[in-house]
Amino acid sequence: MTDKRMTADEVAGELRSGMTIGIGGWGSRRKPMALVRAILRSGLTDLTVVSYGGPDVGLLCAAGKISRLIYGFVSLDSIPLEPHFQAARQAGTIEATEYDEGMLQWALYAAALGLPFLPTRAGLGSDVLRVNPELRTVRSPYPDDTELLAVPALPLDAALIHLNRADAAGTAQVLGPDLYFDDLYAAAAASTYVSCERLVPTGALITDGGFSSLRINRWMTAGVVTAQNGAHFTSCAPDYDRDEAFQRKYVAAAKDPLAWREFEDTYLSGSEADYQAAVTG
Amino acid sequence: MISGDRVISRAEVCAVACADAWRGDGEILASAFGTIPAIGARLARATFAPDLMLTDGEALLVSGTWPVDEPAPGPVEGWLPFRAIFDLVWAGRRHAMMIPSQIDRFGNMNISAIGPFEHPDRQLIGMRGAPGNTVCHPVSYWVPRHLPRVFVPRVDVICGVGYDRGIPVDLPRVVTNLAVLDFGGPSHAMRLVSVHPGVTVDEVTENTSFDLVIDGAVPQTRRPTDDELALIREVIDPRRTRDREVPGS
Repeated sequence: MTDKRMTADEVAGELRSGMTIGIGGWGSRRKPMALVRAILRSGLTDLTVVSYGGPDVGLLCAAGKISRLIYGFVSLDSIPLEPHFQAARQAGTIEATEYDEGMLQWALYAAALGLPFLPTRAGLGSDVLRVNPELRTVRSPYPDDTELLAVPALPLDAALIHLNRADAAGTAQVLGPDLYFDDLYAAAAASTYVSCERLVPTGALITDGGFSSLRINRWMTAGVVTAQNGAHFTSCAPDYDRDEAFQRKYVAAAKDPLAWREFEDTYLSGSEADYQAAVTG
Repeated sequence: MISGDRVISRAEVCAVACADAWRGDGEILASAFGTIPAIGARLARATFAPDLMLTDGEALLVSGTWPVDEPAPGPVEGWLPFRAIFDLVWAGRRHAMMIPSQIDRFGNMNISAIGPFEHPDRQLIGMRGAPGNTVCHPVSYWVPRHLPRVFVPRVDVICGVGYDRGIPVDLPRVVTNLAVLDFGGPSHAMRLVSVHPGVTVDEVTENTSFDLVIDGAVPQTRRPTDDELALIREVIDPRRTRDREVPGS
């Protein structure tokens, strides 16, 4: 089997400015933060980012990496609003495609299945259609004749996800209670890069969790990165909880330009190893 | 009768008014946003709506009754990751109580942005599941601070769908720190159902930026029963986190 091991910086090197990139996880939960930090260190710009958004979106907004964001919400969960995302929207520096969160699932699923769209009631009657005038409705061809929203497929150039365990061939395992939509991101993307808490031999996967935990299969993945504490400061159950104290520090810094520069100097100016040393030091 | 040391707080009246939103709902998922709706959902299941399903706030369905500021002790009775929640939403087997930043006379609600969407004065969390929720299952609303800027003639971004949008919705009630409201007026206009003990009708209308439908004398919101009060105070919220969301008696 192909050995797909690579570093986070090599993943960033595979990406191009202008790409559409999906980021797995949910809010401030199991986000591929080490891969996001690799993008922060890179020269990438003009990205279209697709996310059930959390601090991944906030950090990329703060670094000016995002030109368009496709999302259902952006939140830090225990802190409802994401300050960098708010600032970017209020300054008008990103184009916003805001969907119902179920529509986002459908958009990824349609892309994963190679369908042009999937129908739903979600969005009908709301301003989803007003603020996204490119959206169209369809009529059921059956006797019910129902009008439905046709959620267009959202194919991704690349997807970034973070799982608990993986092997070198790119099979990845979720040990926490929720995969979120990581498998749909992976299947909707031309190339999926998975970071993991721990890289294990293939035979060890089934001993860590049941077979139903093997939700990311190797056909979905192009690269595997070992990134211990790589979801920090978001949660990565059962390996670790969200670092709430650090998240509060992040939010406080984000609200003040000087404090933010200091935060960047302390945590984001070096390598991933520097980051991990700074947060544990 | 309630004795002197058992003065009922405003938060307790609100919790019971929220619980009543799920009365008669049967075997569906009760999703509560905010502390007082969370108390209400647990109270409803512990008393008059025993078949309700509740989550631990992550991906598990749990039975039992536990404090709002503690992790659920279980027992776990089901697995409900977000994928399964979305399926259940679209199947209609849920009644959520959400917190609008703005709500209008026909129940359109906004959690997306204040000001024009294209260039908002204040970006909020985003639409989340509000568009799909409102066209698929019942959605009630909880407003911890009933203010004119929340009850507006027109919301800036329609996230949750109201009764005047040409698509069927079911918005059973709106509970605030002042009153209970519903959409029982002409053409489903918002109607004042009851005011909480100690609140006047004028206080409600002065804090609402559109005309409420008022049918004659407005009754008081019901008070908790002794059993409900004991459950709230001893089991569901022994550390009175409810008073931080709605202070005062």
